[in-house]
Amino acid sequence: MSDAILMSIYIFVLAIFIGMEVITKVPPLLHTPLMSGSNAISGITLVGALLSTGAGQAWLATMLGLFAVIFATINVVGGFMVTDRMLEMFRKDKGK
Amino acid sequence: MSTITNLVYLFSAVLFYFGLKNLGSPKTARRGNLLAMLAMLVAVLITLLDQKILDFTYIIVGLVVGAAIGAVASKRVQMTAMPQMVALFNGFGGVASALVASSEYFQLGGHLEGSVLGTIGVSVLIGTITLTGSVVAFAKLQGIMKGAPITFAGQQFVNALLILTAIGLGALLIMDPTNWMLLLGIIVLAGVLGITSVIPIGGADMPVVISLLNSYSGLAAAATGFVISNNVLIISGALVGASGIILTNIMCVAMNRSLANVLFAAVGSDGGAASGGSGEQKQVTRYTAQDAGVMLDNAQSVIIVPGYGLAVAQAQHVLQEVAQILMDRGMDVKYAIHPVAGRMPGHMNVLLAEANVSYDLLFEMDAINDDFKNTDVVLVIGANDVTNPVARDKKDSALYGMPILNVDHARSVMIVKRSLSVGFAGEDNPLFYDEKTMMLFGDAKKMVTEIAQVLKG
Repeated sequence: MSDAILMSIYIFVLAIFIGMEVITKVPPLLHTPLMSGSNAISGITLVGALLSTGAGQAWLATMLGLFAVIFATINVVGGFMVTDRMLEMFRKDKGK
Repeated sequence: MSTITNLVYLFSAVLFYFGLKNLGSPKTARRGNLLAMLAMLVAVLITLLDQKILDFTYIIVGLVVGAAIGAVASKRVQMTAMPQMVALFNGFGGVASALVASSEYFQLGGHLEGSVLGTIGVSVLIGTITLTGSVVAFAKLQGIMKGAPITFAGQQFVNALLILTAIGLGALLIMDPTNWMLLLGIIVLAGVLGITSVIPIGGADMPVVISLLNSYSGLAAAATGFVISNNVLIISGALVGASGIILTNIMCVAMNRSLANVLFAAVGSDGGAASGGSGEQKQVTRYTAQDAGVMLDNAQSVIIVPGYGLAVAQAQHVLQEVAQILMDRGMDVKYAIHPVAGRMPGHMNVLLAEANVSYDLLFEMDAINDDFKNTDVVLVIGANDVTNPVARDKKDSALYGMPILNVDHARSVMIVKRSLSVGFAGEDNPLFYDEKTMMLFGDAKKMVTEIAQVLKG
């Protein structure tokens, strides 16, 4: 196994623990926005999609990249916008 | 990748961390979401400036099409439909990751190291399972497919066989890198596995499934990070993966069931559609909105227990109207939210927030369970299993051991429900036949609207 992959595994495992530490404290009130927000974050794969599409090489690779860009962008834009829409509604004592 | 690009990715990963952290409190949640957006923007911009990108044509096409679809969907979706929207988005994230990994494979024509081929296999496997599993979850939630579990003989054996074969194909791919049929085989097997592993899971167990698929979409992104050696993907993917696992666990604990039981036991009837079984011979008195109005008139304290039926009937706004009338008369009104009420974690909170209910009126189960005994009226709307007292003492029940709301401890109970049908667990609810219970049969929205009119009277 290459050193680069080994280093990536270190980073991955530590990030999992950080994620668990942060998320455990989220109250049930916010579970839905947390889920749609973290869902948007998983659209980070867009970064990979941009590189696949823009490398200007094999046609098939570019087309797969294009669809990856479309799906990831739907995920990112839709996810963040709907999360913001929800969080805007969470207020204390409004409408009284 | 240049050092500067790498450092900017690190900055983006740190922003994602602070975004998630801020999402954890109602006061800072909106800022948290904005920080995560900023993190994404930074990561995307530095990628576009990266010298490896030669042609922007398809990138622009993809970004414009994706952003337009995402923006329209997020504006139009009803709060009641959030579970299916999140389910579908999970699937999109998963398929995007699988596509990136496949693209990387074809870019280099299979001339890759064994360890990279292995990560491509993992990324494609998880990403494709996430896609087809999410589509099934979406279809169940949207009502395109029936919510009831679909099972066939040897289902778990078939699933085990699918995953083992897929892993076997991955191993062959490492030995025979240019044989792209092997990669295609993994995609097909993973696609089937996503379907066969989600169809046996019943509608009311969807909170667990969505949480799990959420986790998968993060893990798929992290796997893709391994493929293209990109740490921002690995870190953010891991954060999302962890978040999904935590939510999955919270949902399982709230039902007192193991994850294995939720995934494999195929628990559940079709909820509302099933008939009441033995319950129909017992005596139930039907009451009207008029009776309910009189009872509420004489109450001092009211706890409202909302369930999925509230979402189905879109009754949250008129319910808030009733609550407001009662509060204006100086009555003590609270909402009790069971952790698995609705079809995704926190579903009820979002619905009630949409109806302008202040979030300090929403109480978690543990915070409110002792208050039921001092409460005059509990109004249950579209909830069933989470109030069923058999969960406490009937050992052979599917519900046994599930923490429930102590609705039966209140002085009187009103239940708005379409019929006497059993809940998702297929268990009759003795609360319906209790003499302190007032059954109000009908559509939740219609019934609550009538109650509002009586109260305004």
